[in-house]
Amino acid sequence: MTLVLVVLGGAVGAVTRFVVDGAWRSRRPGRFPWPTVVINVTGSFLLGMLTGLAVLRGGSPLVLQTVLGTGFCGGYTTFSSASFESVRLLEQGRWRAALGNTVGSLVVTVAAAAAGLGAVHLIG
Amino acid sequence: MSRNPNDADEHPQLVSDPDAPRSDESTAARPLHVQPVLLLAVAVGALPGTALRWWVESALPTSAGGVLWATAGVNLVGAFVLGVLLEALARRGADAGGRRLVRLCAGTGFCGALTTYSTLALEVVRTAGEGVVAVAVGYGLASVVLGVVAAAAGVWVAARRAGGGRS
Repeated sequence: MTLVLVVLGGAVGAVTRFVVDGAWRSRRPGRFPWPTVVINVTGSFLLGMLTGLAVLRGGSPLVLQTVLGTGFCGGYTTFSSASFESVRLLEQGRWRAALGNTVGSLVVTVAAAAAGLGAVHLIG
Repeated sequence: MSRNPNDADEHPQLVSDPDAPRSDESTAARPLHVQPVLLLAVAVGALPGTALRWWVESALPTSAGGVLWATAGVNLVGAFVLGVLLEALARRGADAGGRRLVRLCAGTGFCGALTTYSTLALEVVRTAGEGVVAVAVGYGLASVVLGVVAAAAGVWVAARRAGGGRS
């Protein structure tokens, strides 16, 4: 049963990513893949919060936390698109943009996940 | 072997997806992310993608090292597959009709849901929190650099299979 809910959470996450990405690109077209960066940062913050809540409770995470964390956040954020977009930037000869997209994304998503964890501890 | 010259005249629609003209009319007017069929294509692809990631993360040992390998594995495989897919599709023609459905279902849906950036970020935080900062930094940097290498390898494989250089 948990598997079914996690998988459905993943589908909802992926569709949310598609909508956020499309809405962003239709309003602010540009060559740098900002939508993927924003999606990965917000998803990492949310997963940090969910994990922080599970840690506060002690014991194993609730089914809802697994569905939202592994399911939704996993389906919402994407490593493959981020990697592919860096390749496209490299193909265009935009080395600094590719480096920023690759290493910069890692730094800000890690900071977002840490902030999510920390936010829960501040509130709790 | 001679071909019946009438074939081409009798079945002009068979050249492309018969649904393409209709879907092209609608895609011209509306952005992709508000079209229900395309949203469904993403969702359908995301189901097996999420299930496979869940299965890999459950199958590997739950020790910290096992979790890192599971995430790195799905991420690098997904980046490679997405590179192959998007390059192969781009070489076959414009993003429309059946090609667009495949891109959204297999690429945005399956590869997007199979891979995860949030788990990667959280694992870096947790590994650093356990005091092994060097492992955390190494794992994070190796993941993103190898991700680009995997996606580029996928693009290269698809380009090689298609033959010839990029036009």
